[in-house]
Amino acid sequence: MKDILLPVAHVFGLVMMVFAVTMLAPLVMAVWGLDPALWSFVISALATFMLGAVLWLATRRFRRELKTRDGLMLVALTWVALPAMAGIPLWHFLPINFTDAYFEAASGLTTTGGTVLSGLEYLPRSINLWRHLLSWLGGMGIIVLAVAVLPMLGVGGMQIYRAEMPGPMKDSKLTPRIGQTAKLLWAVYAGLTAACIVSLHLAGMNWFDSVCHGFSALALGGFSTYDASIGHFNSLPIELVLTVFQLLAALNFATHYLAWSQRGVWAYFRDAEAKAILGVLAASCIGISLFLYFKGSFADYPTALRHTTFNLVSIATDSGLHTEDYSRWPLFAPMWMMFLSCLVASSGSTGGGIKMIRTLVLAKQAHRELNQLVHPNMVRPLKVGGTVIANRVVFAVLAFVFLYFMSIVTLIFVQLASGLDFMTSLSSIIACINNAGPGLGLVGPGSNYGVLNDFQTWVCSAAMLLGRLEVFTILVLFTPTLWRK
Amino acid sequence: MKIIILGAGQVGRTAAYHLSREEANDVTVIDTNEEILRDLQDRLDIRTVSGNAASPRILEAAGIAATDILVALTNSDEVNMLACHIAWTLYRTPKKIARVRSAAFTEREKLFGENALAVDVWISPEQLVTEYVARLIRYPGALQVLDFADGRVRLVGIRALQGGPLVGQELRTLREHIPAADARVAAIYRAGKSVKPEGDTVIADGDEVFFLAARNHIRTVMKEMRREEKPVRRVVIAGGGNIGVRLAGELEDKNQVKLIERDGKRARKVSEQLKSTTVLHGDAADEELLLEENIDSADIFAALTNSEEANILSAMLAKRLGARKVMALINKPSYAELIESGAIDIAISPQTVTIGSLLAHVRRGDVVRVHSLRRGAAEALEVVVHGDADSSKVIGRRVEDIALPEGTTLGAVVRGEDVIIAHHDTTVQADDHLILFLTDRRHIEAVEKLFQGSASFL
Repeated sequence: MKDILLPVAHVFGLVMMVFAVTMLAPLVMAVWGLDPALWSFVISALATFMLGAVLWLATRRFRRELKTRDGLMLVALTWVALPAMAGIPLWHFLPINFTDAYFEAASGLTTTGGTVLSGLEYLPRSINLWRHLLSWLGGMGIIVLAVAVLPMLGVGGMQIYRAEMPGPMKDSKLTPRIGQTAKLLWAVYAGLTAACIVSLHLAGMNWFDSVCHGFSALALGGFSTYDASIGHFNSLPIELVLTVFQLLAALNFATHYLAWSQRGVWAYFRDAEAKAILGVLAASCIGISLFLYFKGSFADYPTALRHTTFNLVSIATDSGLHTEDYSRWPLFAPMWMMFLSCLVASSGSTGGGIKMIRTLVLAKQAHRELNQLVHPNMVRPLKVGGTVIANRVVFAVLAFVFLYFMSIVTLIFVQLASGLDFMTSLSSIIACINNAGPGLGLVGPGSNYGVLNDFQTWVCSAAMLLGRLEVFTILVLFTPTLWRK
Repeated sequence: MKIIILGAGQVGRTAAYHLSREEANDVTVIDTNEEILRDLQDRLDIRTVSGNAASPRILEAAGIAATDILVALTNSDEVNMLACHIAWTLYRTPKKIARVRSAAFTEREKLFGENALAVDVWISPEQLVTEYVARLIRYPGALQVLDFADGRVRLVGIRALQGGPLVGQELRTLREHIPAADARVAAIYRAGKSVKPEGDTVIADGDEVFFLAARNHIRTVMKEMRREEKPVRRVVIAGGGNIGVRLAGELEDKNQVKLIERDGKRARKVSEQLKSTTVLHGDAADEELLLEENIDSADIFAALTNSEEANILSAMLAKRLGARKVMALINKPSYAELIESGAIDIAISPQTVTIGSLLAHVRRGDVVRVHSLRRGAAEALEVVVHGDADSSKVIGRRVEDIALPEGTTLGAVVRGEDVIIAHHDTTVQADDHLILFLTDRRHIEAVEKLFQGSASFL
């Protein structure tokens, strides 16, 4: 136990120190805006840094190169422990308890975007910036960031990267060095974020809101600085900008990099996932908007299309920004959006859920199984976008989907047992595990997660972490073999 | 440097390991075996691509367009040469190194060059290992003998033993002992740890000493470290593979060579190739065969088969039966460490021998030759200095004024045909070849920087 945990704790100390540095951003914001949350950030940054430094120094005798299982532990430990650190300023400054502070921070880091806070527009700017910054950091991954900036993570880096990056096939790197790959991904991410912020400003937001919503959109986070979310602005240009950037964020960042380095859109056409995502979303938008129009939810078709497109894209890509209380739409529409949130985002994107590539693999496998019934002697490899998928990957996908499904069912039962109604239990767990944000029922877009009791909130926090780390990384902690020598 | 390695066999994997642990290198490995690649990627910070190494598409996927060095190490000569040619024809890859085993190719010099096969450097691990073993046999008592400046200077590793006149003495007395010859002790390892060689360092019994000397002085210097051993007469080689046969061919003129091969057909073929070597058909680990062939009077027993386990066992057996000195070819570094402290005198690691010839091409600055030592922990280099006293940090300076990184020794200077053993007052001139010894490979970047200052505007 000691030999396994302490070397990991050593690196984790370092990660904490890096994380403490990110607290300087809201701190500067607080100094600049002379807002009352300043001390909360000073205390939190100092506490996090000191704790990290102490941990790092105390365990330096155990320093060694990280092995595969250390990588898993580091990622799991980071994601479970950092929300506690990130929650300190919220806990200290706002009238909420630790449970809610942890939920809020975890919701940010996992890019879920569900909130327990109301009256967002009255919060100090530093607090809002911190919430959005958490989303942004968690979007591409804190550990991937650490791999990019800390060269010492070198060899162990690949294991860590695999434990944190979403998707079933993670063996291909953009560049030979993992550190470089991490840097490139972060560069693409930062570049797109900057483009989004400028576009939002041009579309009519003030700079502060542009930055916050830019962070939200690229991380597919879903936090907003207003209780009414994007509905507050009631502006078509803003919605269009956000829709486009949320779509981009739901695609594989490696594809963005390829497209950028080849100076052309060819890379997107060769990405089977991207094509499937755009196809499914386009068909859904048209279908749902027609449905809502004929059901009479909207007076005219353009309005129906406008609101359907924004909310559907946002929920399906697991972002969670919204313009309407869509839980009041006829049930078919919000349920379909929730269904899409389980599978639309691409591997290697900042979205959640089981990812489009796994959906494609499952569909093709089902198709292969059916064909096999008709032609028992048929030999056919499983291909996605012209590439043969190894059976090993297919099995991993099957195992993943099973665990994912079982996690959802188990957690829903836990919520039901705690006394929640069916719709709230179902939607809170699905929205949390997919890192989508608002659910339906009590936790719908018109309300928030503040209505849940402490136990239910913790269950939601657990669901978010499970979803962000794609189940395996968390569940592997509970396998006895990991802890044996 | 952006490097592509073709083939993840023994040599390819070792090359990937050595090259990727230097921060400055980006390594991509191509092989057809996905299992090996996955395993390799888990352990090293490299990229892997699975597929046919000679296919332009696969090379493109590995990023050949921006690659500085292509190292083709698959087990097929043809694939290696073709891959290099493709890389040059389509992408003008600056440097192409191919492993070419068959002498049928390498003896035709016209085959390689501008208007022929675009292979800049060909290496034959078997040839390198054969030469290495042959040198060890020529200098009995040496653990390692490595060539610099076309063999004019040699670096010799030797275990100092009681009975050598210098053992128990300070290093500075070396000059008084042998006024006719000059040598420079580059490194001393005592119980596995490096001891800095200075004038007042005392050489102890059992030390592993590395010294540099001109070729004709080597025997004189070796005599200082341990009692001279009788020259080798009788050699027994186990294994009639590529290395065994080459070695027998090289030694058979001057020595009495016996070669044991297990496979009857192969033994027959080998006997046709060799002239005076006695080829025996049998098992090298067969006690009776060894006794019958007078193993107890053999000066050297070299186990050079494909199987390292068989090499270890037969070498241990030969040692027990009375062979004076036994060597075994061993691939796994962990095995080599295990046995060198035991019954076997010398472990020969083919990868360590081969890797040096690759490293020379990766080093920045004009590095002519690199030898990897002590399983890659130490390194010996031959560097050419260019420029003038203003542009270079070394030219026109005395050895004592050059800011060498920690653990680095400047052992010798080769100026044209002359070999000058470096002393504190030796002055470095332009176009000198310097022989350096680094006890800690991690300082290599500092050394590169020191000598690169002049190369930057070439």
